[in-house]
Amino acid sequence: MAEGYKLSPTRPAPWNDPRWRGALWQILTLALIVWLAWHAVDNAIVNMRARNIPTDFSFWNQPAGFDISQTLVSFSSASSTYGRAFLVGLLNTLVVAVLSIAVATIIGFIIGIARLSDNWIVARLAGVYVEVIRNTPLLLQLLFWYNAVLKAMPGPRESISFPGGIFLNNRGLVLPEPQLAPGFEWVAGGVLLALLGALIFKVWASRKQGTTGARYHAWPVLIGLLIVLAGGAVFWQGTPVTFTLPELRGFNFTGARINPEFVALVLGLSLYAAAFIAEIVRAGVSAVPRGQTEAGEAIGLSRGDVLRLVVIPQALRIIVPPLTNQYLNLIKNSSLGVFIGYPDLVQIFMGTVLNQTGAAVQIVSITMAVYLVISLVTSLAMNLYARRIALKER
Amino acid sequence: MAGPAVGQSRPFVPAPDLPPPASMRGTWGWMRTNLFSSPLSAFLTIGSIAFVAWYLPELIRFLFIDAVWTAPDGALCREPGAGACWAYVSAKLSFFTYGAYPRDQVWRVNLVLGSGALLALWLLWPNLKGKGTAAVLFFVVYPLLAFGLLTGRTPFPLPVPDLASIGTLIGWAMGFGPTRIHGDVWQVIGTMVAIPILLLVGSALVLMRHARLGVPLLLFACWWILGIAWPMTRLTLVGTDLWGGIFVSLLVAAVGIVFSLPCGVLLALGRRSRLPVIRFLSILLIEVVRGVPLITVLFMANTMLPLFVPEAWSPDRLLRPLLGVALFASVYMAEVVRGGLEAVPRGQYEAAQALGLNWRNMMLLVTLPQALTAVIPGIVNSFIALFKDTTLVAVVGIFDFLRAVDVQRLDPAWAGPTISTTGYVFAAAFYFIFCFAMSRYSLMMERRLAAGRKR
Repeated sequence: MAEGYKLSPTRPAPWNDPRWRGALWQILTLALIVWLAWHAVDNAIVNMRARNIPTDFSFWNQPAGFDISQTLVSFSSASSTYGRAFLVGLLNTLVVAVLSIAVATIIGFIIGIARLSDNWIVARLAGVYVEVIRNTPLLLQLLFWYNAVLKAMPGPRESISFPGGIFLNNRGLVLPEPQLAPGFEWVAGGVLLALLGALIFKVWASRKQGTTGARYHAWPVLIGLLIVLAGGAVFWQGTPVTFTLPELRGFNFTGARINPEFVALVLGLSLYAAAFIAEIVRAGVSAVPRGQTEAGEAIGLSRGDVLRLVVIPQALRIIVPPLTNQYLNLIKNSSLGVFIGYPDLVQIFMGTVLNQTGAAVQIVSITMAVYLVISLVTSLAMNLYARRIALKER
Repeated sequence: MAGPAVGQSRPFVPAPDLPPPASMRGTWGWMRTNLFSSPLSAFLTIGSIAFVAWYLPELIRFLFIDAVWTAPDGALCREPGAGACWAYVSAKLSFFTYGAYPRDQVWRVNLVLGSGALLALWLLWPNLKGKGTAAVLFFVVYPLLAFGLLTGRTPFPLPVPDLASIGTLIGWAMGFGPTRIHGDVWQVIGTMVAIPILLLVGSALVLMRHARLGVPLLLFACWWILGIAWPMTRLTLVGTDLWGGIFVSLLVAAVGIVFSLPCGVLLALGRRSRLPVIRFLSILLIEVVRGVPLITVLFMANTMLPLFVPEAWSPDRLLRPLLGVALFASVYMAEVVRGGLEAVPRGQYEAAQALGLNWRNMMLLVTLPQALTAVIPGIVNSFIALFKDTTLVAVVGIFDFLRAVDVQRLDPAWAGPTISTTGYVFAAAFYFIFCFAMSRYSLMMERRLAAGRKR
């Protein structure tokens, strides 16, 4: 009856068998890559020897012999090494990136909320801001801030002065210099203790709300502790920080001076990223269904509580992943500082150090590795945060 | 028979709607809801109006009313109170557009830019027919011709075997000694015989429905003919060190676009491949390049690449950043395309396999068309990012548009307090027009695609 059926699987010929073909393709690809890499390394060694370029990392400990305009750790052209220059550049990159991320997030959230505003003119202005910033290159904006705005400022003698002893001139931003008084550590300790106490109270309050439903606000406790602990320390020890106001001496100001390159870079980077963050915030908030707001109002929450407890936690889940991407972009874009002479990792290490030593392969690889590590750490941190705020499904 | 008697009830006539309250109607009502709905809103409105009223007249005054439209040099623009110096832009416009490209040769640049614009329009305009032809022209033919026109070199290197050297060899074997003349004679004879034979055989094969064999033969013959014909145009060579301006910016963007699409598709397929080696290599390349700034990739292309190849092959100074940009754009495109591939329902793959399509046909006929159309907005958005990123090639000494603007503002004949701002505003307007147009196009495509999927 069933003699016509023969269901034993027939194996195809090896050249038609997907597994064999897959293995063959992989071996061929791998062989090609290895062959290319081998030739590249071979050529590189020959070329570098021919041009007297070092093929090792011995340059790391050689004296650098150049000056850097902004250093967070001590650096002198006479005694510091290329390795130290690398550290200075890395720190400068990190400082710009962290500061710009903070500023960009604040401006971005404000603009994003403004775009959703009921107020027609505010929404329109925010829209114009986003379109203009997003449709012009970041480099153009940086050059504009640096060359057309900050470098076109008047000289130190005609500085633009702001309240609080802040001056802006073509050599940068001059701020009052803070000086720590002897009792500083007591006041700092008081502030820390107050924060710690408020944190403990917050944990207790949320546990209490979980069991009984009663709500206790943490901020009055924080303010009270601050007044008692920090205020007491100030009362006992005197003002912890005094500011020396900048003074015009000769052709320049005394006081803490921030380079125009730094100001332009932070300004340009954060305004640029803010436009993208604003779009992300707008998309995130408008993705929360209207019914959520209405439900929150229906159970009697105030407008602020609806935003704080209902809308924003849900919007954040949508906002955080693309926000992470924007942070990564911002960190990578900080390398554009090289165009306006900001001494970041690229300018110092891939620019000056590479020119002086010629060790292109090593230096470019190290720089790329550093950016990769920074990107990985940032996305790891943001992923942890995203997991913390993720919807807990039970 | 339930209900009231028919003849006695009056039909229900609804009373006419009352008009909305006076406070909600007209301009005043609109202002109440949109500008003064709450004290905070009113405050913001007044603040914004004050801001606009303060800065807008200032801006108009600077850009138009007090602007210097014609001037022989920067003297007029340097006067106190003068606005934007448009005279400077019009004096430098040809440098901003062509860089130092020889002025008697710029028709070549214009031809390349014009035909490129027409082809791009053909590709992008949704209702035009023949997208396949346009794609082949844009991605294959156009780059070859543009290369030939811009450099003056032949884009069609003559095929091997080199008949000239064969001819020399035969002449030498017949005892005439190694002279070039035999080679040339042989080359002419060989060409005269080979090309007609190739054309004949190729067309015969196509007519006999063996297009797979015939078309490559015909293409080979065309290549050969063009390779002989091209040098007869006697275009002067123009070194890439003379290239610059808007034309180089567009060139970098075009190279990025032409390479990033096919390479991005390949990388995206590699990333979703079942073969572990290929998947791993694709992921490695994509993630590493996406994790570093474009500037480092440009530096790598500029300083490392020449070390990795034999000295004689060292790439041209413009070619290096082009390679860097192409690599960078490809990995971002790969991620966009991957998003499209993942959006194709699994049933589509299964249906293709059930029909007995092999992998290549499944991808080419079923999956990729759906994946690519689904991510057209994403593709256009990454083109916008690419176009803005072209400004970074200046870091390795390429004279793109922005760098041309940035350098020219220091020209002593024009230098003045308003020159920097004028140059940057002009550049900003240029980039804004391109990027804004692209983003509107992307929005339009998004709407069209959404309309197609609506039920």
